[in-house]
This record gives sequence, C-alpha cells and structure tokens, in this order.
Amino acid sequence: MRLRLSPWRRQREEELDEELRSHLEMAVQDRIERGETREEAEAAVRREFGNVGLIKEVTRQMWGGMWIEQLLQDLRYGLRSLRRAPGFTIVAVLTLALGIGASTTIFSAVNPILFEPLPYPYADRITMIWDFAGDSSRLYPTFGTYRELVERSHSFDAIAVMKPWQPTMTGRAEPERLDGQRVSASYFQVLGVPPVLGRDFDPSDDQFNGPKVAIISDGLWRRRFGSDAKIVGQQITLDANPYTVIGVMPSGFENLLASSAQLWTLLQYDKSLPPESREWGHHLRMVGRLRSGVGTDQAERELNVIARTPVQEFSRPPHATLERGLIINSLQDDLTSGVKPALLAILGAVLLVLLIACVNVTNLLMARGAQRRGEFVMRAALGATRARLIRQLLTESLLLAIIGGVLGMVVAAFGVSALVALSPPGLPRASAIGVDGTVFAFAFGITTLVGLLVGLIPALHASRSDLHTGLQQSSRRTAGGQQLTRRMLVVAEVALALVLLVSAGLLLRSMQRLFAVDPGFDTSHLLTMQVQTSGHRFNEDTTHLFFAQSLEAVRQLPGVTSAAFTSQLPLSGDMEDGYGVHFESNTTGNPEADNAALRYAVSPGYFETMAIPLRRGRLLNAHDGADAPLAVVISESLAKSKFLDQDPIGQRLRIGPSDGPLGTVVGVVGNVKQTSLVVSQSDAVYITTMQWRLFVDKALWLVVRARSDAAALAPAIRQSIWSVDKDQPIVRVATMEDLLAASAAERRFALILFEAFGLVALVLAATGIYGVLSGSVTERTREIGVRLALGASRGNILALVFRQGMTLTGLGVVLGLCGAVVASQAIITLLYGVSRLDPIAYLGVISLLVGVSVIACWVPAWRAARVDPSITLRAE
Amino acid sequence: MPKKLPYQNKIELLQGTLDLLILQTLQWGPHHGYGISQLIRTNSGQVLQVDTGSLYPALHRLERQKAITSEWKISENKQQVKVYRLTATGKKQLATERSRWEQLSEAIARALNPHKKESEA
Repeated sequence: MRLRLSPWRRQREEELDEELRSHLEMAVQDRIERGETREEAEAAVRREFGNVGLIKEVTRQMWGGMWIEQLLQDLRYGLRSLRRAPGFTIVAVLTLALGIGASTTIFSAVNPILFEPLPYPYADRITMIWDFAGDSSRLYPTFGTYRELVERSHSFDAIAVMKPWQPTMTGRAEPERLDGQRVSASYFQVLGVPPVLGRDFDPSDDQFNGPKVAIISDGLWRRRFGSDAKIVGQQITLDANPYTVIGVMPSGFENLLASSAQLWTLLQYDKSLPPESREWGHHLRMVGRLRSGVGTDQAERELNVIARTPVQEFSRPPHATLERGLIINSLQDDLTSGVKPALLAILGAVLLVLLIACVNVTNLLMARGAQRRGEFVMRAALGATRARLIRQLLTESLLLAIIGGVLGMVVAAFGVSALVALSPPGLPRASAIGVDGTVFAFAFGITTLVGLLVGLIPALHASRSDLHTGLQQSSRRTAGGQQLTRRMLVVAEVALALVLLVSAGLLLRSMQRLFAVDPGFDTSHLLTMQVQTSGHRFNEDTTHLFFAQSLEAVRQLPGVTSAAFTSQLPLSGDMEDGYGVHFESNTTGNPEADNAALRYAVSPGYFETMAIPLRRGRLLNAHDGADAPLAVVISESLAKSKFLDQDPIGQRLRIGPSDGPLGTVVGVVGNVKQTSLVVSQSDAVYITTMQWRLFVDKALWLVVRARSDAAALAPAIRQSIWSVDKDQPIVRVATMEDLLAASAAERRFALILFEAFGLVALVLAATGIYGVLSGSVTERTREIGVRLALGASRGNILALVFRQGMTLTGLGVVLGLCGAVVASQAIITLLYGVSRLDPIAYLGVISLLVGVSVIACWVPAWRAARVDPSITLRAE
Repeated sequence: MPKKLPYQNKIELLQGTLDLLILQTLQWGPHHGYGISQLIRTNSGQVLQVDTGSLYPALHRLERQKAITSEWKISENKQQVKVYRLTATGKKQLATERSRWEQLSEAIARALNPHKKESEA
C-alpha cells in the first residue's frame, strides 16, 4: 500500500518505465540482428543495463521537487511502519491526543482570561478605583468621592461609577426580572464601546430626578424586542415606571463589570451630596480610563495627593475621609485576581500531563526503536546516512503527533464544553472560552513541538554510528544504553506524576477541611429563593403585608417545617450588606471603633428556620413589631469584640446613620459564615424587617426548612406566593447545599481538574513502568534462563524483576517529592486548613503510587518467573 | 553509494562531459535514449560507452533545464519511443559547453606537455 501520487507524477513514472523498456527492447533487437538468440540477448542486455530500480531512482531525482518526494516517501514509509504496529500506534496516538487535547482545552480557557487583552479598545488603560477600609481592606467608594475625583483628577479620560440594578419588566409578555446596572453617564465612554443603535447616555440626563432612559443589550433586544430597530425611542415598563430606550449595545459587547447585565440606566444621584444620604454610602464600584500616556503609578500618586489634601469645596464625612488614600489597579487584574492562582495552577498541571504523555510516548518509541534495530541496520547498510535516518524517524514521530493533535482537537472540542459547564460562576469571560485561531495555533504549535520532542531521543539512539557494525552482532550489546535511557524516562514519569498527585491530594484535603467548617447553621433540607416586590402599588406597608402573607401561605404547605425571610442570605454569593454599628458604650467618639457589621433584616422565626443557635438572651419574635422598642440580636463575635466577657444584653446601639434610633441588644446568636466558608467575617446584627426603618427591603430571601426533600417543594412554594400576588418575581431558587457547593466552586473546579490530571498521570506512569519492565524481561529471558538453570528459585526471579521495578518507582518518588515540595508553593493560595507539606496527603499519594506500580510490576515479574530455562537456553 | 560496475574496456566520462556529448549528438537531429548512447559509442570509435544509469538522469536533467525537449513517437519497429530534440537554449548551451571543453582540453594538453609549451613560447 503506497501513498497515492499526483496524476502528473504517476504519468511521469509510467513514461519512465516505458522509456526504459523501449531502450531495453531496442538493445535486444540489435543483438538479435547480430545473430544472438532472444534469450542470450535479453540476458546480456539486462547485465549491461544494470539495476533498473536504481536507474529509475537516480533519474527521478532529476525531476525536481525531490524534498517533497522524499517527504512523501518518509511519510509513506512512516505510515506503513505505524500500520505495522497498530497496538503501539493506538497507545501512542491516544496518549498524545489526551495530552494535546487537555492542554488545548485549558489553554482555551486561560488565554482569554489571563493573556488576551480585554475586549475594549483601550483595555490596558481601564482601571478600577477603590477606597480603603479601616482594616486596610478594599472598600466600595462613595458617590461623594466620585464627584470629587471627577472634578479634581487629571489622570483620566473619564471615570464612571456603577451599581447593580434588578428591575422587573412588565407590559410585554410575562413579568421578568432583569439583571442590569445603574451607571453614571460616562460608563460606556470609559469602556470605549458606544451603542450600535441610538445614542449613548448624555451627562445632562444624569441628574437627580432626570429623565428615565435605558440602553439595552443586544441579547435583550433580540430576545424580547425581536431585533426591532424601532425600539429606540420607544418606552418600556420597568418597576412600573416608563423608561425610554435610547440605545442598543453591539452584539460583541462583553460587559465584564457585570456580565449578566442586560440593560443600563443612569444612576441619577444628587450632585449636591446631602450628608447621611446614599450619596455617601460605600456601595459603588468606580472604573476609570487613564489618559493616554498616564501610567497606573502616576495616576495612583495623583489620587493619593487628592486624598491627602481635602478642599473646602468637597467636604468629606468621617467615614469617607480618604485618609488612607485610594487603590487603583487594572481592570484585568481586578477581574482575574481571584481566579488567577487557580488558572495558573491548572495550566501548570496540564502542562505536566502533556510532559508525562510525551515521556511516555518517547519511551514507547525507544522500545519500538529497539525492535526495529534490524531495519535501521539494513537501511544504513544500503547507504542511508544518519541524517536521513533521523529525518525518517522524526517524520514518524511528527506523524504520530499530528494524528494525536487532530484527535486532540476533538478532545479539546468536548473538553471546552465540559470545562465551561464545570467552570465556577465567578469565572470572568467564560463566554470567550472556545476554540479560536489563537487556540488552534497553540494546538498546532504544541503538536509540532511534541512531535520533535518525543522523536529526538529515540531517533538519536536508533541512528547511532554503531549501526554499521550492528549486522554482525545481536542487538544485546547496544541495548544497555537504551535500557538506561528508558529507565530514566520512567523515573521522570513517576516523579512528574507524583508532583501532580500530591497537588491533587493537597487540594482534596483542603476541600475536606473546608466542608468540615461549620457554617453556623444547618444546611440540610433548606430551600432558598429570592422574592421581590415590584411596582408602584407597593409602599412600605403593602410590602410588609405581601411578605407577611406570603410567609403565612408558605408555612401552611405540607412538608414545610418552618420558613422565614431575611434581607441577606449566608453563602448566597451576593455583595455583603454591612453597616457601621455604634455602641453607646463607645464614648470615645472615635468612628474607627464602630466597625461595620453585616445587617440582617429578618422575619421572626429566622434563627429557628436556619437553626442558628442562641447563646444568650432571647431570639427575635412576633412582639418585635413596628411599634415595639427596637430589639437587636448580635452575633457572638461582635459581642466578644465589643464586650469581651461582659454581658452584652441590654447594651444600646445604633445601626447606620448617626441620627438613627438607638436599639437594645436582646440576644446573642452563634456566628454564621456569610461570604463563604473561608471568610471568617461574622460580626452581624439582626433586626426584624418591621423595625428596620432606614428603607424597605424590596427583595427578601425566603428560607424554608423542609421535612425531607427541599428542592421538591419549590413549585408548591412558588404557587403559594403567587396565590398572594401573581405578579411578583421569584428568582434564584436553590437548596442551601447547592449554595454551599457553589461557594467553593473555584476550589472544586481546580480540584476536579487536578484529580483528572492526576489520574491520567498515574495511568501513564504505570504503563511506563510496565512497558520498561516487560521490555527488560524480554531482553533478559536468556539471563533469567541461566539463573534458573543455576538454581535460582521462581521467587528469586520474581523478586529480581520486582526489585528493578520498585527501584525505578522509588527513585521517581524521591525526585517527585522534591518537585512536589516546590510545586506545592504554587498552589498555596488554593489550600485551606492544610499545610503544603501535609503528611497525610504526601503519604497517601506515595502509597497510591507504590500500590499502582506494584500492579504494573506484577505482570512482567510473573512472566519472568515462568521462563522455562530448557527452552530459552536451547534457543540460543 | 558504492556502485562500480565492471566496464573495463570503457573510459569513464568526466563529470559534465556527458551533457556535452548528448547535446552534440542531438545537434544532428532528434534521437531516443538508446540511439543517443549508440551514436556516442559509434562516433567515439567504440571507446565511450554511456552507462544507462548516467544517460537517463542526464537526459531528464537537461530536459528540466529546458536544453532539450521530448515527445513520444512510433519507431520503425512500431514501438513507442521517447525522442529528444535540442532547443534554442540547448543550442546556446552546447556552444558554451563546447568552448569550455575546448579550453579545458587545451589546458590539460598543455599541462601534460609543459616542455612543448615552453619551447613554443
């Protein structure tokens, strides 16, 4: 079977045949005319003519395009040799496909997030600006600070502020709650992407009580408005208010600052900055685009000068003095800093897998090279130069890599969708993950690299200069160097696998530790969902009434043990809702002592439903109504930090603005993990929704304790709330266990990938050990026969092979341990509650690896022990 | 590659001279490969015997250089034969190679008989 030639080439081949045949025939004719018989003539001519094949070969070389010819020949030869060893080819190709596919998949995710610039025209100049909190952590800036920076800073082309907005759209089809953003007019200017239809926000619109205008996303425009260009200028109803649609964003626009946002309206805050107003609340995100030529450092210096030198014009309240300066960092860092360590660790892990795959295939090629020694010797004897042989072997390994690479792209295509499905919700630019040109180039690049890498050592080995003397000798003498190289490769493979497995082990231990953390409440059989009121008909009283009636309806449902509302839900992943808490006992007047605490406006029964334990005093109950004295329950950590061992019951405190009412501590409850199991911030104040008078929470979380299956209750609960008012959106339905899992999603993501890669590495290392040992047993059959003949027992032989295999494993483990200690440094930010030198993880992995290698040693050892000395010795 | 075939009665052709001989032979009209080899042998008084392993690569090389072209014809024996013909380029090449060869052989002759050259001078 040969590779098909081009028609042109085939014709030339036929013509050459014909030409030479006619030459022979004419020569024969001449001789016959001179009186020879046909037989004599033919024999003589053939003798004179020489080697026809050779003549054709040298003549063909004159045709040009010889390198193509030789390449085709190499390819043809390579394909034939791969077909001749299907077992080897399949294993090698699959190994490479796995390595290349996995690397390409991970690269396709890492590239848009970490390496590619963000999809904005001036991506490198877009920066986030943060305030500093008392404890030096980042704090959301206030609108007041934004106004001051807009007026005083000269480092930016534009600065914008934004906050989440979740309006309910009615009027067309069924009511739908949308995710959106309230932004200052300069928002799209900062990002550098204007609407594709209609116009951008105008600064004159961004006034207190200004016109209600909205810009919608391409997705919303297509989904809800049938891509109708006439939507611009029309009105839509959001939260029962008419909004004029003024623009539609382009389809390629990625809103990285709130990736689920589908529409935008203006912030329209009061520029006169009244004190104690929302304009001074730390709740906005600020983003700016640096002027061309202004560096981040330069901008930060300027902002800090502004922060340190207050001016009369912009008076600052005590909680927004900017005395610690401002933080500025690039949008890309801001978005990716959370996932960067995990992504880099995963990228590192997958490259290790690729490396192991390469080592494995190198090893296979070495073994195959040893089997094909006779063939190489023959080719060398026929005049093939060393360079030609190396080229032939590299062509073969490249061929393997390319087949592996093509299959790898198939693996990657599946891998990418699996990865996106698996990706944690916090992963930025998840929509940009996919196989694009860059990814393709990457795959092609590593395929080529892998092809050359895996082929080089075997090619150099196989083409060694002693080939010319090889014909006379059996291959046994030269096999020594081969075996040494192959063993070193196996040691490397075991070491690399150990590095990966230790990392996976440490992550697994972290996950165990993490889920052993007590969240402060009972997460089982708990269903959660967000219930919202929307529209004009809801004032303060009707909102309370709606929630109270809904709660009553839900409590009536069979299967519901208890139910309650809360303004913020632990582990929901939402932005923390915190307020400054001032205790009357703090007479220093120093606002620094009034730390922020999480604010929970809850319905009575919340603690019982969540099973948050009471430590002192009493829980909130139905008597803590609108007209009753303000009753506050505080968390244990807050009680401890303010009152040490004193009894906090009866202490008086104020939540929020300094002109707010004073409340009384009536109870202390256990600490609850709000943000995630890892974050230990747990200072909290609880107050009933009826007594929380700063504003009315229009969206509350419903928590329902079920008798058995919580998720199954969801439809019934929805129906019972809609029986109170059918127009109210109910969103984000999830069991607390789902939320718990989601809160650790990034770690889980890293863990799953590390486990998968570790498993692949383990299998590859085991096949490596197996391959080398079986090769060695085959080569040493005679030696084993002699040993047996000289009286060695089967057990001795078994031990001999085992010792060989375990020496390799042992060496690999020792080297791998050194590597793992270094590598664990790279995943240290992903660890929780375990040391990077955690002995259980290390010992567990070592025993796993040793166990697997024992299995891998077993088959060759058993085969060695069954060698029949009488047969092997006779065969010599 | 070691390829020494036993043609004792034959003078090995100098590198490059085969091209010259082929072009020269074709000057008298188109010929097929066998004919060319026979003509070279006859014209050299049975001294120069062209090895087919050199002849065909040379023909194909010259064809690629466009010094000669080829076409298929039917011979007197009703046989398909590939016939080569000199091109304009080939004629020019023949002229230059011929003068080069004459210079060379003159130079070699002089080098082989230095005394003769001195006495002439």
